Amino acid sequence: MHGPDIQWYVILSAILFTTGALGVMLRRNPLIILLSVEIMLNAANLLLIAFSRLHGREDGQIFAISVMAVAASEVVVGLGLIVAMGRRNVELDVDKLRTLRG
Amino acid sequence: MANFLVWVVWFGAAFGCLVSALAVVSFSNPFYSALALIGNLASLAVLYLLLGGEFVAAGQVLVYGGAVMVMFLFVIAYLGDRTDESPWSGGPTWQVLGAVLAGGAILAEVIVVVGLKAGNLLEQPKHISRSFGTPEALGRLFLTDHLLAFEITSIVLLVAAVGGVVLGAHARASLESDARA
Repeated sequence: MHGPDIQWYVILSAILFTTGALGVMLRRNPLIILLSVEIMLNAANLLLIAFSRLHGREDGQIFAISVMAVAASEVVVGLGLIVAMGRRNVELDVDKLRTLRG
Repeated sequence: MANFLVWVVWFGAAFGCLVSALAVVSFSNPFYSALALIGNLASLAVLYLLLGGEFVAAGQVLVYGGAVMVMFLFVIAYLGDRTDESPWSGGPTWQVLGAVLAGGAILAEVIVVVGLKAGNLLEQPKHISRSFGTPEALGRLFLTDHLLAFEITSIVLLVAAVGGVVLGAHARASLESDARA
């Protein structure tokens, strides 16, 4: 017995992912939606690293680092959009952005 | 004894993760949400340390908890939350106490994990080598087996940087044309 087994990590990651998904679906502030997406990405990262340890190979950690880079890019573009919204004095509420809706 | 400590640290970090994730989702002020996400990332870094991912844990704290979150906080401060109250003005004492407690818990967890690792008290299953998760091992993998992923990641980052610049320039240009009209 050496610390928590894999199922503990799976449960924790599932709860984290659900929390992030709830945030994405329930909140209307785009900043908080971006933060919730980060939580979801991190839940996936935790699982990648846990399984990488279970199998004794580092490929999962490599994947986790790539996910971190993608998350950073996503934040750059997302924050760029939010700043553009802020500059035009659009209210920060994703439900009010309906110009593109058919 | 070491096993018991590992469980204590694990539960502390997991609890910190869940509570701060709930806080991110439920705070109405995005400034507080971003601060709570820093706690979430730090707790996750403790879990990564327990899992033998030292390099990923360090990267998590430096890149995520440092760079990305500072960018977030800058944007939140730039946009302003349109309330007069500054984030630090007063606030209930339980908030201050909770923040100090959470910070202290994360610090204690990191110290315990690093101590266990340094004292060679973390039991390793047979199939996990000594160099598991070190920067050397990861760097070797990045430049051999996963070279394509490495290169694609760099291109993704470049495209994102260009996208950020274009979005900023476009917003400024459209604002100026609005002002002229």
